[in-house]
Amino acid sequence: MIEVKNLTKRFSDFTAVDNISFSVKRGEIFAFLGPNGAGKTTTIKILTTLLKPSAGIITINGHNPVEEPDDTRRSFGIVFQDPSLDDRLTAYENMEFHGILYKITKDVRKSRIEQLLKFVELWDRKNDLVEDFSGGMKRRLEIARGLLHHPKILFLDEPTLGLDPQTRNHIWNYIKDLNREERVTVFFTTHYMDEAEKSAERVAIIDYGKIVVQGTPEELKSKTQASSLEEAFLALTGREIREEEVKGIDRMRMHVRGRRK
Amino acid sequence: MNVIYILWLRQLKRHFRSKARLIGSLGQPLLFLFALGFGLGPVFQQAGRGDYVQFLVPGIIAMGILFTAIFSGIEIIWDRQFGFLKETLVAPISRLQIMIGRTLGGATVAMIQGITVLIISLAIGFKIENVGLLPLMFIFMFLIALLFTALGTAIASVLEDMHGFQLIMSFLVMPLFFLSGALFPLQGLPKFINFVAVINPLSYGVDGLRAVSINGAYFGLFNDFLVLSIITAFLLAVGSYLFSKIQI
Repeated sequence: MIEVKNLTKRFSDFTAVDNISFSVKRGEIFAFLGPNGAGKTTTIKILTTLLKPSAGIITINGHNPVEEPDDTRRSFGIVFQDPSLDDRLTAYENMEFHGILYKITKDVRKSRIEQLLKFVELWDRKNDLVEDFSGGMKRRLEIARGLLHHPKILFLDEPTLGLDPQTRNHIWNYIKDLNREERVTVFFTTHYMDEAEKSAERVAIIDYGKIVVQGTPEELKSKTQASSLEEAFLALTGREIREEEVKGIDRMRMHVRGRRK
Repeated sequence: MNVIYILWLRQLKRHFRSKARLIGSLGQPLLFLFALGFGLGPVFQQAGRGDYVQFLVPGIIAMGILFTAIFSGIEIIWDRQFGFLKETLVAPISRLQIMIGRTLGGATVAMIQGITVLIISLAIGFKIENVGLLPLMFIFMFLIALLFTALGTAIASVLEDMHGFQLIMSFLVMPLFFLSGALFPLQGLPKFINFVAVINPLSYGVDGLRAVSINGAYFGLFNDFLVLSIITAFLLAVGSYLFSKIQI
């Protein structure tokens, strides 16, 4: 379903993704793990047509994102790591906007929006502007929106960041149901190792732009003689804390975010 | 079609939900209209050029449209900053559809701005010579709106963040406005200023509005229409191209 061969992404002064290869089978739940700044989000951006690779061949549902961006986009849905809602629209309008962009028929759209907003417990607030929402509420809305159309591949970039355990659990159950019932392939990143251990069939760990290891959580644990995936992860990637490279736009975003608080 | 409509609708909703923006973007044209219209009116009259308010109103309408349109186009930078742009860019729709929806939305908002200025001007005594030409006036207003929304989109597509915004205001929007004949007649100007006005697309917009509202064209109605249409088409093409190249 996802085939990546020798993918490299260079920005002017550093290599974010360095010659990585992996593949994800149809119907699989695949976790893409790594410390901050390891290249996870850059990889997702390339897979989802937002960035062009410097080198390498990618196939998404049989399409090449560089040459056939429109066909590629029809194959997947995504929940981004950072906010991507329109603050000046209501929760319902954000959902509806998405539904129309993804050409979901009106009846399905209406019933699914209701179902999902109830699911993330935002139905009572559906007519409120998103700018009045708390961080957790925005995150839930973002996930509900990502699940609105049922794509062949679902990319989740740290989907449950900042959510409480109840909500995380709740959302993972939904994703697993979707995976089981509609054979949706799930590609996700997370910093919660327990999430990856519980949900992922296979895991790849990326560090400094290179894939360090890939396999089932069990394989990774036995390879490092660790009792949990978290220990295996630390054994493979070391314990020092990473600084993330910050581009101009991210700096701006952080600045704006900081001021709005 | 639905896709373009929802993108268009979003621009309108955003505009009308922001009270500060609504009032702010009307304040400036009205200040110019009142301060210059009534302040310079007597001088203009004594110079034998007739009623200055009559002369000025088309320029102020164009100004209202210009500011709102550029701003609507540039809004892409906000969308990029606050992340919403990603949501539209990964959707299974073509970049061209996104560009068309946004641009039509921005142009509609700018046009409404122009009409609001027109209505206020009529209330303070502006007279349209031939009301039958009103549809032509709307066409010119829409062309100006489309042209500058496309220009804003083109600029925003190559800017990463808002740092360049002040530069654009000082070195593009303000000169476009002040050197367009919006405030003064183009007849008998020093050569240099005249040259700048002749290569400024807004001049043709202002002139077209004057041609159909107060019968006072400098370039002539047909030339105005032709130049505006060609530049609009050109900027739409450039804007679409640059927009399609956006990477995040």
